[in-house]
Order: sequence, then structure tokens, then C-alpha cells
Amino acid sequence: MRLSPDALVFWRYGFLVLNSTIVTTWALMLVMTVAAKLVTRKLATEGSISRWQGLLEIVVTTIQRQIKEVGLQHPEKYLGFIGTLFLFIAVSNLCAIVPGYEPPTGSLSTTSALAISVFVAVQLFGIDEQGLGGYLKSYLKPTVIMLPFNIISELSRTFALAIRLFGNIMSGTMIVGILLTITPLIFPIFMNLLGLLTGMVQAYIFSILATVYIAAATRTREG
Amino acid sequence: MDSTTLIGIVSIITAGVTIALGSIAPALGEGRAVSTALTSLAQQPDAASTITRTLFVGLAMIESIAIYCLVISMILIFANPFWNHVIAQSAGK
Repeated sequence: MRLSPDALVFWRYGFLVLNSTIVTTWALMLVMTVAAKLVTRKLATEGSISRWQGLLEIVVTTIQRQIKEVGLQHPEKYLGFIGTLFLFIAVSNLCAIVPGYEPPTGSLSTTSALAISVFVAVQLFGIDEQGLGGYLKSYLKPTVIMLPFNIISELSRTFALAIRLFGNIMSGTMIVGILLTITPLIFPIFMNLLGLLTGMVQAYIFSILATVYIAAATRTREG
Repeated sequence: MDSTTLIGIVSIITAGVTIALGSIAPALGEGRAVSTALTSLAQQPDAASTITRTLFVGLAMIESIAIYCLVISMILIFANPFWNHVIAQSAGK
């Protein structure tokens, strides 16, 4: 029983490895890009709007509203990054209904990459909003003694993001695998349903936490 | 008792104890969080979306403690480095 899709290797050359995680990630990216391109070929503002365009509009406006509710004033600046995070994790967890598919978010490499990109994005958005000096000075608030604790909290937040997503998705696939060997009749279906639900919840949690961290970094403190 | 047996016994027992002890406190914490959220939902139903969103974020943070314990448990059972090392040694002998 595999702990993560990293173990399934298709091709190896020296230290370059093509494993199931990479193949699935690129396949997902291809599917999402092609689908988006097909849907947005003929955008309409009045008359009969195709249902796929309506669906995409619902998704985009919901994400925008959520970003605004967390406290970021101009959601268009952050919509690309946060929307991408939510859509990638949601689609990769939702496709678990396809038989023989292992979600790439069940591999610690993918979730670490997503968490590190959130970490870098928080720094970049903070510097963009407050300037380099102002942002670095925010690490010294409320007192200079808090500097190591602020740094540790930044790093542990990144680590927690990666481990939370990895643990949830990996345990979902592992539970279904174990149940298939014990009671293969109907119980694995319910656990697969639960896995789909937690996959969507984890996608929402990941993007909302990223939004909250960005909002905390870009908030200009008065006084 | 040679080291192979000892590592096997300790890994199995530790994996069970880790997840058993590690899920007590997050479960209690999540119960309290949800009960407080339900109380405040009953008192202020028009703030329902904010309360629900904050509740979910808080539940995810509490849940991650149990997830840490689960990950350690899984590693001890399925990807145990000490077990792999000792098996490789005895296979090489």
C-alpha cells in the first residue's frame, strides 16, 4: 500500500524522476486550462449566456466576495493567486471519484510546494503594500523581543498548511484502500464520499487561510 | 529479543497510542468550538455567514493537531525508516 503517489515511478533518468504526482498534476493543469479556454471563447454579457459561463461566473464572484469579506480591499489583485489555489486543490480532490486516480495533493511534495508558494506570496504582497522597510518593521511589532517568535510563527504556519492538506487527503485515500481489503462491499463508497467532502472543505480552508495570512501582512497598522 | 522484534513491537504500540491519545484533546476542543458557535448563531442569526466561516477556519486549525498525530502514526506503520533499515540489514546478511 503506497503512502503517497510519489512512490509510483513511470520513468527515471539519473536523479530526474517522473512519478505519478507529476503526471497527474500536469494532466490536471492541462484539463483545467483547456476547459477554461473552451468556456471563455465566446463570452456574452446579455442574451443567452451558456451555462458553463454562468458556472464560472458564480465561482469567480464567490471567491471575490470571500476575499473581500476577509478584509482585503481590492480583491482583483489577489483573485488570481487565491482562486488558483482553491480551484487546483478542489479539482484535484474532486477527481478522486474517477477510478484509479490518486490525488496529487496526497503527496507531501505538492502540498509543500503550495505552502511555500503561499509563504512567498505573503511576503511579496506585504512588501508590495507596505514597502520593504515598512514590511520588515512589522516583524518588530509589538516589541523587538517578538522578532524570533514572529519568524517562528511564519514558518510554522507554512508547515501546518502543508501537513494539514497532506494529512487529510492521504488519510482519505489510505482509509479507502484499507477498507477495500476488509469490507469491500459498500463501506468504501461512504468513505470515498467523506473523502470528497473533506477534499472540498480542505480546499476552502487552504485558500481562506492564505487570504487571512495575506490580509494580516498587508494590513497597514495605524499608530 | 533481537532489535528487529523490538523495533516492530515498539512501532506498533507507539502508532496506536499516538493516535489514541492525540485525538482526545482536538475532539474536545472542536466540540466546545461548535457549541459556542451554535450559541452565537442562535443569538445573532444575521451574522451567520461570518460565524460559519470563522467556525470552519477554527475547526481546521484544531483538526490539524489530530492530523499531525495521524501522520506520525501512518509513518510508523507504513513508512517506518527504522524498520526498513533493520529489514535491509537482515536481508543483506
